[in-house]
Amino acid sequence: MIEHFNYWMVFALMMTGLYMVVARGNLVKKIIGLNIFQSSVFLLFISMGKVAGGTAPIVVDGIANTATRYSNPLPHVLILTAIVVGIATTALGLALVVRIREAYGSIEEDEIHRQDLPAPAAARPAASQRRGRA
Amino acid sequence: MLATQLPALQIIVPMLSAPLCVLLRSGRAAWLLAALASWASLGIAAALLARVLDVGAISYAVGGWPPPWGIELAIDPLNAFVLLIVTGIAAVVICAAPQSIAREIPAEKAGLYYSAYLLCLTALLGITLTGDAFNVFVFLEISSLSSYALIAMGRDRRALVASFQYLIMGTIGATFILISIGLLYMLTGTLNMADLLQRLPPLADNRVMQAAFAFFTVGVALKVALFPLHYWLPNAYAFAPSIATAFLAATATKVSLYVLLRFYYGVFGADFSFAAMPLSEILLPLSLAAILIASIVAAFQRDVKRLLAYSSVAQIGYMTLGVALASASGLTAAIVHLFNHALIKSALFLALAGVVYRLGSTHIEQMAGLGKRMPWTFGAFVLGGLSLIGVPLTAGFVSKWYLVLAALEKGWWWLALLLGLSSLIAVIYVWRVVEAAWFREPQADDAGRIEAREAPLSILLPTWLLVAANFYFGIDTTLSVGVASEAAQMLLGGGR
Repeated sequence: MIEHFNYWMVFALMMTGLYMVVARGNLVKKIIGLNIFQSSVFLLFISMGKVAGGTAPIVVDGIANTATRYSNPLPHVLILTAIVVGIATTALGLALVVRIREAYGSIEEDEIHRQDLPAPAAARPAASQRRGRA
Repeated sequence: MLATQLPALQIIVPMLSAPLCVLLRSGRAAWLLAALASWASLGIAAALLARVLDVGAISYAVGGWPPPWGIELAIDPLNAFVLLIVTGIAAVVICAAPQSIAREIPAEKAGLYYSAYLLCLTALLGITLTGDAFNVFVFLEISSLSSYALIAMGRDRRALVASFQYLIMGTIGATFILISIGLLYMLTGTLNMADLLQRLPPLADNRVMQAAFAFFTVGVALKVALFPLHYWLPNAYAFAPSIATAFLAATATKVSLYVLLRFYYGVFGADFSFAAMPLSEILLPLSLAAILIASIVAAFQRDVKRLLAYSSVAQIGYMTLGVALASASGLTAAIVHLFNHALIKSALFLALAGVVYRLGSTHIEQMAGLGKRMPWTFGAFVLGGLSLIGVPLTAGFVSKWYLVLAALEKGWWWLALLLGLSSLIAVIYVWRVVEAAWFREPQADDAGRIEAREAPLSILLPTWLLVAANFYFGIDTTLSVGVASEAAQMLLGGGR
């Protein structure tokens, strides 16, 4: 149980993030949820790269090398890339939120959908007539 | 010397052109560069396909690091074929871009549009070329990020919301794929696909591998827009700029489908995917639901772009149905349809770009009586629609024919009947547009009426080129079916 602590946390964070994305109507909160979700995956990769008792895999000429065990650096490097991807996604997502706020005056999902509902209806002559009669 | 560098050039040419487009500022110059890069990519893809068919699979070690340690670009008939489709569509669609973009996107943003377009192309080509599982994720995210930007450039404010929705769903999908890749790396210590394919089969009973398989399936289903995970697609396609829709509808989901094929056959292995895991049993009902439900929903749409977007969801169902049949003929049908559907949808969406250019809208009621005013634009739409339905002599017929053959091969006559039924629904939704355009009188208060002349030649010509391709590949199938069956044999013969 305890030696898998990292993995338990990964899945706890993953579910927290996913739940936030699904349950929250606020677009910024959705982005934060997405970030937590992605971070959990970063943690998953970093945990798997850690070798118990291992040290950083840096070998420099001229410096005596006493370590016998090294952590696997590859997952860490992969996650460096994934973090950059995550930041780009967050930045783009937040930029979209700013523009949505400019266009709708709100960042609440329900409110945005409500604002868009009459728009397609008004474009239909039949529908507007029906509303006119009512 | 240059010939050996072709796989790298395929990615580098559009990638380096993308930032240059931003620097060029002028929309006209940026377009010229983007068009040159797209056509150069098409040339490279054609050369690669010719070489693969000639001498067999090509492996390219990026940076000189040999696989499995370095990133490998591995080209075989399947991905050379996908490269040809993606670059072909990109090259034709970009020709229609300048006028359509000038109408739909502010002039100062045109350079940015072309840069996002090229980045998206780069990433789609990268996904297709790479033989490294993690590289797939990175390129997948680049393609997604640039397509969010493309979609958000739509004129309607709903484009922003559609793009945001796609961003959320797309990121979850890509992260699921990342989890899957992480679990596979945990098991095997390698990221090279060919290497994974060798190391994974003995682990078939391992629960981590099964979890990786499940994560991948959900993630890729989101990216492919497999029913019921297609929620992001209709809005994204409906509100994106017309040219972006024509490009993305024809390429993005196709490349995701390629990822699906590559991972199921080239990483997990066909035995694990279809025998140890109930993949066929999952894909078959979902594909059928996609085909029938999305077709019916399409028939009720009032916006023609949305109508075609729902039809895309249905057409993706045809492809995954071919995969679900898990036979050589089913797989061939899926790959052929991947090719043909790209031609069909790009032709139809380009025709719509012409309509948007004149009308500013794709609302079906506003198209009343336009068939006589814009005969070439709507003529292209009708012929593309015939191909979508699957009328003989069109590309759409060829793929449905192979799909029906694959179904009958299994003795599933009911499946063949359902496919016929879905074609009838396609008749209904295509007919709705035909009926509006030709058999209704223009509305008196129709604001778009004044401008309803033929679409400009720069949009018409690419549209008709694609329509002609639909008929060409409906008659001469040596390229499409020939390469597709070779690719299917290659996949069934054990990945690469």
